[in-house]
Amino acid sequence: MRHIEAQAVTEAVKAAVVKANYELGEDVIQSFEKARIDEESPVGREILERLIENARIARTERIPICQDTGLVVVFADVGQEVVVSNGGFAEAVEQGVRDGYEEGYLRKSVCHPFTRKNTGDNTPVIIHFNLVKGSGIRMWVVPKGGGSENMSRLFMLPPSAGWTGVKEKIVLTVEEAGPNPCPPTIVGVGIGGNFEQSALMAKRSLLRPLGEPNPDDELARMEQEVLEAINRTGVGPQGLGGRITSLAVHILMMPCHIASLPLAVNIQCHASRHLEVTL
Amino acid sequence: MDRSIHLKTPLTASDVAALRAGDRVILSGVLYTARDAAHRRLIDLIEAKEPLPIPLTGQVLYYVGPSPAPPGRPIGAAGPTTSYRMDPYTPQLLEKGLKGIIGKGKRSEAVKQALMTYGAVYFAAIGGAGALMSQSIRKATVVAYHDLGPEAIRELYVEGMPLVVVNDTEGNDLYEEGRKAYRIA
Repeated sequence: MRHIEAQAVTEAVKAAVVKANYELGEDVIQSFEKARIDEESPVGREILERLIENARIARTERIPICQDTGLVVVFADVGQEVVVSNGGFAEAVEQGVRDGYEEGYLRKSVCHPFTRKNTGDNTPVIIHFNLVKGSGIRMWVVPKGGGSENMSRLFMLPPSAGWTGVKEKIVLTVEEAGPNPCPPTIVGVGIGGNFEQSALMAKRSLLRPLGEPNPDDELARMEQEVLEAINRTGVGPQGLGGRITSLAVHILMMPCHIASLPLAVNIQCHASRHLEVTL
Repeated sequence: MDRSIHLKTPLTASDVAALRAGDRVILSGVLYTARDAAHRRLIDLIEAKEPLPIPLTGQVLYYVGPSPAPPGRPIGAAGPTTSYRMDPYTPQLLEKGLKGIIGKGKRSEAVKQALMTYGAVYFAAIGGAGALMSQSIRKATVVAYHDLGPEAIRELYVEGMPLVVVNDTEGNDLYEEGRKAYRIA
C-alpha cells in the first residue's frame, strides 16, 4: 500500500484551482488561433483575437480568465492500493478548494438554492470518485461557470430517434443557447448509459484536450458531423453571427437499456478550464 | 459594427436614440453593477415605494459579479454575466429612467419592448473575457448590499470600455440579425 498525506492532496488541489483559473490551456488558445483563421465574420474574428488577448492578460497579470471562477468539479481516479493518511480524501479536496479560492482571489460562487445565501468558501465541491488499479491518484480539477452549465440539457429519447434524432437535439441545444453560454463553445455529449451516466459522460468528455481526435473512429466521425451542423447555424462567436459557434464536439458513448436512448449535452464556454493532477 | 462611438455616462435621450444595433461603443464614466439578488432588492424597494440606493435616471447598469480585487487593483476579473436572469426585473428599472444595460446573451420580448417604450439600449460586452474587461475599470466602490459579496452594488468608474449595441430603441436585435447573416440553410 502507498500512503499519501491528506495535506498533499489539499496542496495539489489548491494550486490546481488557482492555476486553472489564471492560465487557459495551450490547447484552447491554439483552437482560438485556428478559429480566427476559419471565421468569416469580421466581428467574430475580432472577438477571437480579444479572447487570445484576455488569456494573455490573465496569465501575465495573475487575474482570473473569467470572473465566474466556477463551481469546482473534481474527477478523481483513485488507485485501490492508495491509503490517504491523516485525514479524509474528500475533506482534503474541499480544503484545497477553500484555500485556493481565498488565497487566489477567486470568486466564491456557491449558494443555497432558495435563500441564495453564499456558502462563503466555494464548497461543496462536486467530486466523482472512480476506484482504479494501481497506487496513484489522478485528478481532473474543473472549475465550471454557471452561464454555460445553465444551457446544458438532458434528453431521454425513444430508441427510434436514432442518430438523426440525437444529432438534431444536440444542434438544437446549441442553437437555442445562442449567445448565452459564451460561444465559441465546446460541446460535451454523453450518449447511452442511463439518466445520470449520460450526464457524467457528457461532462467527462470535456476533459479531452481540444484538437485531440476521438480514439474511436465511429465517434470521431459523429463528432465531426455534429460540429459541422452546429457551425452552419450562424450563431458565431458571442452569438453575434459567424461561422465558429463551437470549437469542438466531444462524445462519449456506452450501451443503454433496450427501452432507452439517453442523451446529455453539457455546454462548456470558451474559457474551458481543467487541470490534471497526479499524485 | 462599422461605426465606433465614444459615449460618456450618464446617457441622454438623444445619445441613446442615435444608437443602432451593431454599433460599436466605447463607454466612459460612472456605471453601477447589479445582478440577480441586487435586482430582487431594487424591485422590492420600487414596489414598496421606497428610495433606491443608487440613481437610475440616465444611468447604465452592468451585470457583473467580479472576482475579488487582488492587492493593488481596483477589481478582479469583471466580464458580463448572462442577462436573461434579470429580464423579469428590467422593464421596471427602465421605467425609472435607466438608459443602458451591459450584459451578454438574449433578452426577452418584454425587455426589448420596454427598451423601445422608455428609450434605452442593451449593450453586449465580451462574455468570459473577465481579465480583458477589467482593464477599463479604474475605480470600484461598493455602494449598497455589502452582504451580497460579488453580487453587491458597486459604483464603477470606467475608461474606454468596449461594447456592442445589441438591442436599440427601434426594436433591432443584433443576435437575430447576425445569426441570419451567417446561417447556412
